[in-house]
Amino acid sequence: MPAVAMNVNGNAVSGEVEPRTLLVQFLRESLRLTGTHVGCDTSQCGACVVHVNGKSVKSCTMLAVMADGCDVTTIEGLATDGSMHPMQQAFMDNHGLQCGFCTPGMVMTALDIVNRNGNDLNEATVRKELEGNICRCTGYHNIVKSVKAGAKAMGE
Amino acid sequence: MVENGIGASVRRKEDKRFLIGKGNYTDDINVAAQTHAYFVRSPHAHATINSIDTGEAMASTGVVAVLTGDDLAADGIGPLICGVTVTSDDGEPHRAPAHPALAQGKVNYVGDHVAIVIAETLAQARDAAEKVDIDYGVLPAVTDTGSAADEGQQQIHEVAPNNMCFNWPFGEKDAVEAAFASAHKISTLDLVNNRMVTNPMEPRAALGEYNEGTEEITLHLTTQNPHVHRLVLSAFNNLAPEHKLRVVGPDVGGGFGAKIFVYAEELVVGWACRKVKRPVKWTSDRTEAFLSDAHGRDHVATAEMAMDENGKFLAMRVMTQANLGAYLSTFATMVPSYLYAFLLAGQYTTPLIYSEVKAVFTNTAPVDACRGAGRPEATYLVERLVDVAAADMGLDPAEIRRRNFIPVDAFPYQTPVVQCYDSGDYEAALDKAMAMADYDSFSARADEARTRGKRRGIGLSSYVEACGIAPSAAVGQLGAGVGLWESAQVRFNPTGNVQVFTGAHSHGQGHETTFAQLVTEQLGVPFENIEVIHGDTAKTQFGMGTYGSRSLAVGGVAIAKACEKLIAKGKKIAAHALEAAEGDIEFADGNFSVAGTDKAMNIAEVAFTAYVPHSYPEGLEPGFDENAFFDPLNFSFPAGTHICEVEVDPETGVVEIVKYTAVDDFGKLVNPMIVEGQVHGGIVHGVGQALLEGCRYDSEGQLITASYMDYAMPRADNVPSFDVDYAPTNPPHNPLGVKGCGEAGAIGAPPAVINAISNALGIKHIDMPATPENVWRAAQTAALG
Amino acid sequence: MYEFSYHKSASVDGAVEAMNKAEDGKFVAGGQTMLPTMKHRLAAPSDIIDLGGIAELVGITVEGDSINIGAMTTHAAVAASGDVQTMIPMLAKLAGNIGDPAVRNRGTIGGSIANNDPAADYPAAVLALGATVKTNKREIAGDDFFTGMFETALADDELITSVSFPKPTAAAYMKFENPASRYAIVGVCVAKTDDGIRVAVTGATPCVHRGKQLEEALKGEFSSAACVGVDVPEDQMNADIHASAEYRAHLVKVMTKRAVDACT
Repeated sequence: MPAVAMNVNGNAVSGEVEPRTLLVQFLRESLRLTGTHVGCDTSQCGACVVHVNGKSVKSCTMLAVMADGCDVTTIEGLATDGSMHPMQQAFMDNHGLQCGFCTPGMVMTALDIVNRNGNDLNEATVRKELEGNICRCTGYHNIVKSVKAGAKAMGE
Repeated sequence: MVENGIGASVRRKEDKRFLIGKGNYTDDINVAAQTHAYFVRSPHAHATINSIDTGEAMASTGVVAVLTGDDLAADGIGPLICGVTVTSDDGEPHRAPAHPALAQGKVNYVGDHVAIVIAETLAQARDAAEKVDIDYGVLPAVTDTGSAADEGQQQIHEVAPNNMCFNWPFGEKDAVEAAFASAHKISTLDLVNNRMVTNPMEPRAALGEYNEGTEEITLHLTTQNPHVHRLVLSAFNNLAPEHKLRVVGPDVGGGFGAKIFVYAEELVVGWACRKVKRPVKWTSDRTEAFLSDAHGRDHVATAEMAMDENGKFLAMRVMTQANLGAYLSTFATMVPSYLYAFLLAGQYTTPLIYSEVKAVFTNTAPVDACRGAGRPEATYLVERLVDVAAADMGLDPAEIRRRNFIPVDAFPYQTPVVQCYDSGDYEAALDKAMAMADYDSFSARADEARTRGKRRGIGLSSYVEACGIAPSAAVGQLGAGVGLWESAQVRFNPTGNVQVFTGAHSHGQGHETTFAQLVTEQLGVPFENIEVIHGDTAKTQFGMGTYGSRSLAVGGVAIAKACEKLIAKGKKIAAHALEAAEGDIEFADGNFSVAGTDKAMNIAEVAFTAYVPHSYPEGLEPGFDENAFFDPLNFSFPAGTHICEVEVDPETGVVEIVKYTAVDDFGKLVNPMIVEGQVHGGIVHGVGQALLEGCRYDSEGQLITASYMDYAMPRADNVPSFDVDYAPTNPPHNPLGVKGCGEAGAIGAPPAVINAISNALGIKHIDMPATPENVWRAAQTAALG
Repeated sequence: MYEFSYHKSASVDGAVEAMNKAEDGKFVAGGQTMLPTMKHRLAAPSDIIDLGGIAELVGITVEGDSINIGAMTTHAAVAASGDVQTMIPMLAKLAGNIGDPAVRNRGTIGGSIANNDPAADYPAAVLALGATVKTNKREIAGDDFFTGMFETALADDELITSVSFPKPTAAAYMKFENPASRYAIVGVCVAKTDDGIRVAVTGATPCVHRGKQLEEALKGEFSSAACVGVDVPEDQMNADIHASAEYRAHLVKVMTKRAVDACT
């Protein structure tokens, strides 16, 4: 089985995987980082979004071996010293989550939105940018609010 | 107001773990020596099974076991059951075909379970599943709701001639006919309530463990009601005695009804882990979810309204054909019957209603409750028919509603269809919604849109729903196999913090926060010292779980009652400690005090005293830990008016929701932030049904919409932000003054959206989902395109 | 997924060599279509040759009046490229509306074009702009590249290295999205080029194609009104639960009109 080594949330990790192992399977099953979820098998729901080399990707649509040598950030890697990242805090403050299942992917996508669009986001931009993340609980209203507020907080 | 008490938009206790990736969903749980299961499912909608050869699969790498329906039958496991009886017009109970958890000789829909393959890894299980050799004898399939019972149709189950499950007439047929005969005007509408796939974002999963020493099975499940699962799996499916079966519903990623039911996979995993003496884990992928989760809705109906010359409703007649799928899911029969026909009065004084529901079997996935369950179907039909009636009478849709509303002073109001509404002020909600939606200046906006080649429409939906499903005696009379109360235990620890055990189950609703608010309000214990525990039959007392927007209205009251018992006991303890008469002890803000003095002790001190009863009232039990059950006297009847404004591009048929207003009556709000979130989510579920979501099978029974590539889920850019407000009334029978809020949006939204589109195009009706092509065609017909 | 062997090469030659050794190999670029297909077990390659390590296939360069985009350049990179935005803003916009942000961070122009999904966006741009597809063996004119549904002029061991887009006078792409998949139900790319007015239609038929009759009509008068009378034959259109052939034919005209308006 091929060996993979990558840096996940600042930690060097390695393992042997079948080539058909998806990145999300490696994260969830080998590393037991179960914050990243799987909600579909057609690369649409976004529950599995992580950052690879600083960019959002759907970890259900990338082989673990493709991430060999990469820096990977998952939802578990955002909080520092026990305090939540401003985007996580914004989701809490604005009730941007209900069942929590889509939430890790939403937060990781939100950070990618801020990285590319800055801290002053309008509603239309956020809604368009969330195209690849499906939520059944919130009706998106409070997710949009959360992303805008989180983006603003990140700039402060 | 108590800090973090009732009425405060407290931030949720559950959020941190979800936000930092420390949620604990079923698939997140891994145990030593666990195996992985994959189900072999039927590729055919309707077929006999001539033979199953598992030999090659058994020999495949990593395979632990391959089990079929024969193995299940040999162990006497199953079949799956339906828990509610509906009596058909011939006086017989509904027809209930056997529902084996693994097929025995026949499959009846694509996705029907045939075998379970258990292997060391999921990939190995899936590899081996392809090697199970099944010889099918393919039969013609029945998929269409409207024609399933037609003469000459392929028969699916021997016990159900003409594919009929039941024909359930309800109401005074003759009186309704007489009213129609003498009516000034009759409005008629044929409509389809489109089939939906419920689609909680977390797919279903099960992890079964068997302890040979204790002979206990532990099942972690994606369930909305762990005790109901345990009860059904034990009492009806013969999996294990109730005390030897532990069901845990850990964090559950949304339910919306789909995780109420006892599914084949859950029973089979529970049985298989004992059989192979290894833990067995199964997690659905999304395609399996589309194939095998219970679906929702799927009615075809004809509705008629008889009116007098003032547009006053005299009588309503509704003929409905409802698709129940291939087998009866756990509560399937209740949805198109009691949860549907009993809501047909809507917000109106219609004195006579007659309904006939024909429920049919088809070669499709079983159909059961999906957010709203029966009530969205009833509301859509009523609120669409009212708009058609308004057009027929030349009245504004708001005006015809006003003329027929149950007046505010008529509550409690007995409808002709069983339900007695608790409280409501329908006109107040309508007025407020119309003001917020700027209804009166709509025509100016419509004119402006026309200059851009667009068509604007505005649609009202004045809904009422019945939730907090109860009381037990009533549902028992109707044929339910369960009671519908709720339980609570409120336990002080010696150090003064509190654990609240609820029989309700949270899968997004925020019970850990809302219920803690109830306790902090009532007992004065700081919010952060309260922990709400749910979802584990080994931890909590028997409870009925969460569905039908019942958790606060029923489960919340049980918590309040347990708190009352603690206060009563605390008074005895405080009286002893403070050397006062029990009758002189007052309780407020967490303190027991002697009336008229400054002598007091905090409830935490009382709790400590109860656990360290060195000096204690004679005859009083130690401990500070009370439980309560609450069986309400009635359903709860939330109501409101939703107004949707759309802009239609007649050239493409694209519909944009430009403004959406919701004014609801949920009684008292415990956590307004959470309530508003429930409304938002419900609205988008309803918008999804109205514009996007339509589950489709082809004539051979293949599911065409088996993934998000073809089943259109609402996404962030499909909807706007919403304007939400309230017009509360006080439901007199609910001790907390609360109503349910979880389904209101999904019930109110579909007719609001379709009424708006119909208004925009000047057409009588368009079926859901109003996809661009359907809207474009309607616009063509209306000569707008 | 079925089992397969995985290879990653740092060079085009190495990748081709791996392919030649494989029993039933597949090149994989960003994998955004390939991996979901394999997850559903609808494809069972014996070998996967990952092109993700070939640095020379990544990048955007201006070459005179053309833009050359390396095959492994992601949609996100094309959308964000200042050069693309300046020279062919339509192309940046098209790339920025493929899939969703996470898909655009992995999906590549080479992968999209080589896959030739009938509902993909890039093929419309390649045809309408008269782009040239460069491979490890040759250069293929855009008009000759797309040969059928999921079929191209590429040989089994042939790799796209880059795509060269000449700068048009004006161009616009209008996509009518499938509400579920967000692929194009119909996408129309209209371009005014040195070669005249070119119209490419994706999503509507089994393979992207030139809308010759629309082009003829627009040559006479480049206005949306000129499209009205054009006959778009229904019988060649795709039909599914999202759009009938009749509706697709209608949308071809509507999207063309809107693209023309956006060009002027």
